[in-house]
Amino acid sequence: MKSAVMTFPASNCDRDMYDALEKITGKVPHKIWHQDTEIPPVDLIALPGGFSFGDYLRCGAMAARSPAIKQVLAHAQRGGNVIGICNGFQVLTEMGLLPGALMRNRSLKFVCKTVNLKVENANTTYTSAYHENQNIEIPVAHHDGNYFADDETLTRIEDNGQVVFRYVDKGGEVSKDANPNGSQHNIAGITNERGNILGMMPHPERFIEDIQGGTDGRGFFESIINSLN
Amino acid sequence: MTETNWNNNVEITPEIVKEHGLSDSEHKLMIKILGRNPSLTELGIFSVMWSEHCSYKSSKLHLKTLPTTAPWVIHGPGENAGVIDIGDNQAVIFKMESHNHPSYIEPYQGAATGVGGILRDVFTMGARPIANMNALRFGSPDHHKTRHLLSGVVEGIGGYGNCVGVPTVGGETNFHPSYDGNILVNAMTVGLADQDKIFLSAAAGVGNPVIYVGSKTGRDGIHGATMASAEFTEDSEEKRPTVQVGDPFTEKLLIEACLELMSTDMVVAIQDMGAAGLTSSSVEMASGGGVGFALNLDMVPQREEGMTPYEMMLSESQERMLVVLKPDRVEEAKEIFVRWDLDFAVIGEIAGDGNLTLSWKGDIVADIPTQPLADNSPEYDRPWIKTQAPATIDPNDVASPNDLGETLIKMIASANLSSRAWIWQQYDNQVMADTIQMPGGDAAVVRVHGTDKALAISTDCTPRYCYADPFEGGKQAVAETWRNITSVGATPLAITDCLNFGNPERPDIMGQFVGAIDGLREACSILEYPVVSGNVSLYNETNGTGIHPTPAIGGVGLMEDSSKMVKIAPKDEGDVIILVGESKGHIGCSQYLSIIEGREEGAPPPIDLMLEKKNGNFVRKHIINGNINACHDISDGGIFIALAEMAMASHKGMDISLNNNSIPVHTYGYGEDQARYIISTTALEVDQIIADAEQSGVKVERIGVVRGEELMIEDCFSIPVNELLDAHASWMPNYMSNEA
Repeated sequence: MKSAVMTFPASNCDRDMYDALEKITGKVPHKIWHQDTEIPPVDLIALPGGFSFGDYLRCGAMAARSPAIKQVLAHAQRGGNVIGICNGFQVLTEMGLLPGALMRNRSLKFVCKTVNLKVENANTTYTSAYHENQNIEIPVAHHDGNYFADDETLTRIEDNGQVVFRYVDKGGEVSKDANPNGSQHNIAGITNERGNILGMMPHPERFIEDIQGGTDGRGFFESIINSLN
Repeated sequence: MTETNWNNNVEITPEIVKEHGLSDSEHKLMIKILGRNPSLTELGIFSVMWSEHCSYKSSKLHLKTLPTTAPWVIHGPGENAGVIDIGDNQAVIFKMESHNHPSYIEPYQGAATGVGGILRDVFTMGARPIANMNALRFGSPDHHKTRHLLSGVVEGIGGYGNCVGVPTVGGETNFHPSYDGNILVNAMTVGLADQDKIFLSAAAGVGNPVIYVGSKTGRDGIHGATMASAEFTEDSEEKRPTVQVGDPFTEKLLIEACLELMSTDMVVAIQDMGAAGLTSSSVEMASGGGVGFALNLDMVPQREEGMTPYEMMLSESQERMLVVLKPDRVEEAKEIFVRWDLDFAVIGEIAGDGNLTLSWKGDIVADIPTQPLADNSPEYDRPWIKTQAPATIDPNDVASPNDLGETLIKMIASANLSSRAWIWQQYDNQVMADTIQMPGGDAAVVRVHGTDKALAISTDCTPRYCYADPFEGGKQAVAETWRNITSVGATPLAITDCLNFGNPERPDIMGQFVGAIDGLREACSILEYPVVSGNVSLYNETNGTGIHPTPAIGGVGLMEDSSKMVKIAPKDEGDVIILVGESKGHIGCSQYLSIIEGREEGAPPPIDLMLEKKNGNFVRKHIINGNINACHDISDGGIFIALAEMAMASHKGMDISLNNNSIPVHTYGYGEDQARYIISTTALEVDQIIADAEQSGVKVERIGVVRGEELMIEDCFSIPVNELLDAHASWMPNYMSNEA
């Protein structure tokens, strides 16, 4: 499986994503600079976390208009796989590749902690190594992760199984206390209808070794290998 | 060249000199160095270079006495940050710095730019920043400004550090009324570099180009260094315009661009523009290299129109660096900065005359010999009187509480001992994916990327001890970082000190400073734990009331094998709990006395540094050998608080039986005797540890086991761990939501 990691100015999880992909896939990912006008042929493009362009405008809005984004769009339209983690998720919604928007956290504060996620749909490119309803632990770290969509969209993505990860408590229950940012329906990660594009606020790339505090993020990358190899 | 050509044609009257904070003798010295009266720009340059903040004029006499060398020290104080050797051609570069006055006036921007400034001190030497820490002191929770300041400072630290992508991995936060009018915001950055790629600031090579990179220069922060060198008064609010505004996005670009530049061989010298901006960077680079700088101020990228030379030289606009390049490499270097969308301008060249010569619109507006400006900066031996240490409180003179269990709940739910999760959850503490011990433990631990090594970092100071007895308090601050680093299994290597005190012109305050330095010196020598960088912040007073003396210490230690690291949470049911060190029930200056009795009295616990070393080395050896599965040092609140913190971290109960017959149980349990640890081990290994302790002359006592869901201390209390967790977690969120 060939992958590439995008760097926007002030991306800051690009190295972490690059390392995780290299460690788990065994292959060195390509690096894409936001001004590149050509992207080598790859199976997966990763838009990493960070504060692209400082997030001084709406998070991800500037990045979504970078020169390299045209190639990402073309790749996605061809059915190529794209993941956006944290700021990357925000970029994907700004590009219109994923429905909804990510608003400021309900607390109006940045939140960094390990959360529990329920794998709502284990039948996707990104979740096949987990089992349905598995409760996994993954860290979040964001200021704008409060997922919002209109009712019609919410109904549609729920009915289509596009809601892949949901914030839950340790016992697996969807609750207000388990929701770190105020997301509607406790949504933590979604795919597009076709299933080739995924955005999620939590950071699986931070939880791939025991010493980091957990390894539940590995399943995410292992799923991708299973699906794309 | 005549004086009338010089900028603004401002006549330098004694009043203007006084407004610039220069004393009569400093004024005379300035005229002697110049051989004439200064221009306004020159007066501004002298005033900031000789401000307390930049010149250390009250402190340097004493700072010189601190131990600064060890075989592993590569660069001690004097550079932008300290540099130590961690093997494999790798170096760790670190420093802590204060941003107190700006943070009081404008908490978000003050704290944010404090983080930005310390990051630049570290990456300007060629290091990639890998961890941020902080040490924060606020006024009483009851003070009307405390919520606003705490909220703004924490958001500012997070807002900057999170964006630049450097994890904020730990720190400490205290509340005390002595900080009501003068909070302390001390920020520390730790970076990693290759030993053969360390960059210094001394310029060289007459004719080499001087390059300005980063953000444009604006009018923000003019006289920031001077503000940091004066007491606060009622009208300090009016100084809001002297607080700089941070742009972490530009800082992130600057880090990447500078590290890229420094990976080539183009750079001769590089320096960030920190306090006193273009002035201090150019003077330090020139005087450090024994050369001059000829700068054309028309070439300085400017944010606003009509800026004068005076404003440009004194601006403290953030995210700017000064670089001396090798000749003929300008275009190559420019390509890097253009790619990162940063300003890049050749603003002058190295001159052979040793002068800082500034031209502007065709005129020479300043011409100062840099060596005398830097070297002849004033140095004062300020009068001081020794702080009289209070008498030691007899444990038998402190009444016992009605209910020890209620006391424990009250203590862990107090402002100073409650959970700081509300704070550190606003910091990205995991970006870079190398954080292996998060906030909440004894020391933060980050891996050295791509290796098995790890760095342990801790910031500590107990200001109430320092106030009662600056000497013992100074020793204790150093010893506590050493102990915290030891508790995770790392070997403490060196410290940075951030010395926050009141007005040095008052002999009692100067006495606190001298006492604390004596304590630091003794602890650093005995623990072989030198000072490699630091910062002094004086005049931390409002309307004549000084803060508690606060020599905040940031320690760094190394683990060769990060897999051996331990945390404070015991592992398994049945594990044995052992107390290391001697407990005498020292209750003076304790959290117990303050929280339960409302008294801040007595002598602080004495620090026996040889005992610290013996006990610490014993604990570390057993962690590295894998015999210990959890360890927590005993500090604020004594044994009871340490046990409660371990139980909360593990979500497991303990059955404890103390071996104490002679000391009142509340002073035994809450006493703050030093050089102590609580360790947990498996039943299989306990005998080996105890046998080795006997052989090494280390006092250990087997005090209990991990069991059940309650913290049970025989004859004292039994409290469900969940109840402890609720009490511990609730204070700060409740307080900040205005319900406390």
